[in-house]
Amino acid sequence: MSLWNKHAIFEKNSIILSVGILIVVAIGGLVEIGPLFYLKNTIETVGGVRPYTPLELEGRDIYVREGCYLCHSQMIRALRDEVERYGHYSLAAESKYDHPFQWGSKRTGPDIARIGGKYSDDWHRAHLNNPRAVVPDSVMPRYGFLADSPLDYRHVREKMKVLRVEGVPYTDEDIAQADADIKAQSSPDDTAAVDALDKRYPKAVAHAALGGAATPTEQDALVAYLQMLGTTVDFKLYDEKANWR
Amino acid sequence: MIDHKHQDIDAATGTATTGHEWDGIKELNTPLPKWWLYVLYATMIWSVGYWILYPAIPLPSGATRGILGWSMRSAVTQDLAELRADRAPMVNELNKSTLQQIASDPKLAEFARAYGHSAFGVNCAPCHGANGQGSKGYPNLTADRWLWGGTLDQISATITHGARYGDPDGHQGDMPAWGSQGLSKQQIDDVANYVYSLSNKTTDDVSAGKKVFADNCTPCHGADAKGNPDMGAPNLTTKIWLYGGDKDDLIQTITYGRGGHMPAWGAKLDPATIKALTVYVHSLGGGQ
Repeated sequence: MSLWNKHAIFEKNSIILSVGILIVVAIGGLVEIGPLFYLKNTIETVGGVRPYTPLELEGRDIYVREGCYLCHSQMIRALRDEVERYGHYSLAAESKYDHPFQWGSKRTGPDIARIGGKYSDDWHRAHLNNPRAVVPDSVMPRYGFLADSPLDYRHVREKMKVLRVEGVPYTDEDIAQADADIKAQSSPDDTAAVDALDKRYPKAVAHAALGGAATPTEQDALVAYLQMLGTTVDFKLYDEKANWR
Repeated sequence: MIDHKHQDIDAATGTATTGHEWDGIKELNTPLPKWWLYVLYATMIWSVGYWILYPAIPLPSGATRGILGWSMRSAVTQDLAELRADRAPMVNELNKSTLQQIASDPKLAEFARAYGHSAFGVNCAPCHGANGQGSKGYPNLTADRWLWGGTLDQISATITHGARYGDPDGHQGDMPAWGSQGLSKQQIDDVANYVYSLSNKTTDDVSAGKKVFADNCTPCHGADAKGNPDMGAPNLTTKIWLYGGDKDDLIQTITYGRGGHMPAWGAKLDPATIKALTVYVHSLGGGQ
């Protein structure tokens, strides 16, 4: 049994232990993570997924900034109770333009992968201002201050350029039109601008900014983001069997 | 490394020590209990079964599929198919029957209420409240006052097409913002006083407001102010208020207008669920 006693080498030399751990973790990482980068079935074949509009992108950054992901996941697992409650299970393709993704399974609040269009803009505003006004037993903090903060989107073009490096297919035109698209998406009455936005980002929905203001607030951006979650894929056209692994 | 030839044996227990010594105290190198060790080995052998039966080993062209052919996605599809098959007899009845037939058949109505209650909790409760009691801006469904009508067919139409939510068959039309559409502050004040007097005792003279009401408000709310469900115009003579009934609330409503949004659920829910929801909402207390 002398072989079984060799572990004492690792237990008594921290450097050898570290190297050993590194080798074991590296093998696990290479075998489990490596194939995901070239296997086709990592990301399903599905129509409709599009990059975020500039306003949604800014809303998403506020979502991340405020730590919404600490309580809300955006991943409906392939389990009966979750599919019954939240809708079709999430596809990897649906978050392929998310950097970083917002998956999770810890749900202090409900999953919001398919919240888009489920409730009205007014509901989202009332709920962000004071969650208990509409859901009496909610434990969510108030985010009313977002309605008082004008959206600072000076850096939206740089953000889009960085995302393009990460693989999000923003075109030069998308980036050049970012400011115009933000204005268009927060003023639904300007139909020509909204049509132009819709051409670049299919199924984008324009939301009236709070009080018809000229500059959208952070709340407007967040609501625009929430209202598009899970709305891009048409599951009637999705071939479930072809995408099983 | 333990030097087996020169092991330091602890006299009291007969067990080898690790060889270290701290102020005369030595650490015993007690071996793991045999039963524990064999259980560990058994679990290792057991895991081989999983490798063979389930998707396990990542290979360059994709993971092995396992001889059971199991996948989480096919499993959930099967689970859902079983669930649908369980419900099928009653859900088929819902699909076949008219709303009136469902409501008058005790067994079917009971199923519809239970089925509708769970759909209500997921989809409707965030606005209308867990028991349909509503909140400011979101109608109470348990009272016998209805903006858009409280018969089974009217409730079904409201659920299917929503209100001001982009569905052309949905309920349209807002309460105008009279503050920017022709009424002065004084007139708004007067008409708010008049509307307040319709459901509250007051000794104020409301004749000025009554005239403003007659000139501007009657097309929707009616000469008697009892509303019109075809236009979603509420009855102003009850004490039931969607946006608050004190004078400040009334002035706010008249000045800036109102127009809540309800999603068109026809695009999200299947017909049987909408029927069940209709019967459930109808049964909450106010069904006509």
